[in-house]
Amino acid sequence: MLPIGHYLFLSLALFIIGVLGVVTRRNVIVVLMSIELILNAVNINLVAFSRLYGDVAGQVFALFIIADAAAEAAVGLGIIIAFFRNRETVLADEMDLLKW
Amino acid sequence: MLDKILFYFFAGVAVASAVLMVTRRNVVHSAIFLITALLATAGIFLQLRAEFLFIVQIILYVGGIMVLFIFVIMLVNLDVALQQIQFARQKWVALLVALALAGQVGLMFWSSRKMPGQGLPVLTAAAAEHLPANSEEVAKSLFGSYLLPFEIASVLLLVAMIGAVVMAKKRT
Repeated sequence: MLPIGHYLFLSLALFIIGVLGVVTRRNVIVVLMSIELILNAVNINLVAFSRLYGDVAGQVFALFIIADAAAEAAVGLGIIIAFFRNRETVLADEMDLLKW
Repeated sequence: MLDKILFYFFAGVAVASAVLMVTRRNVVHSAIFLITALLATAGIFLQLRAEFLFIVQIILYVGGIMVLFIFVIMLVNLDVALQQIQFARQKWVALLVALALAGQVGLMFWSSRKMPGQGLPVLTAAAAEHLPANSEEVAKSLFGSYLLPFEIASVLLLVAMIGAVVMAKKRT
């Protein structure tokens, strides 16, 4: 079997790619998708440690994270639709109603 | 050996499609590469013997959340957005964040070498007939020790659903 470090490295790589997506992309939909990728990377860690210690609690928490990701996607996409209806844009740097 | 091949295959697919997801200009392409990355992660879960999460990942993420994303991409105006610059000018912030994260993990690996023992622990393989029934174990844990968090998660999903409906509804 593989050392746990392999899984940690994979998780880290996905996490960093997700963070880069959140920071660099302008399109809010892609930012939301990058957040999904970050949550997914965390899930890999949880499942790997759950396997390492032979305890399913990690997998249960991964399930909770998936539920949270679903809730976050639903609310986030609802906000995007409402915003697009008002301002006709999905670009993050044009969402500056609270900036002066 | 087979474990290694499976892991490297799925990890390679996941990382490659994640990179493509962040760098593609077209939002629909991004969504499709995200689906590939999530499917590869499901493969990793299966390789870690988490069968229940494997199925949940495919049904919920790929079948549910991604369909929602595609719907929203179709709803908002794609052709206009394609003409504009897709990347904010935050290269240096991004580089800083990535370096900080990588440095943290490098420190973790470096200090794990210093610990007694032989570095990071290895996942041991169990014979196929000794594996516990995964769904059964997860269900016991979920409805036993984690019953309250489970109920709270269901309330959270209900609130999120109502919130999404209210948010996306036309103001009259």
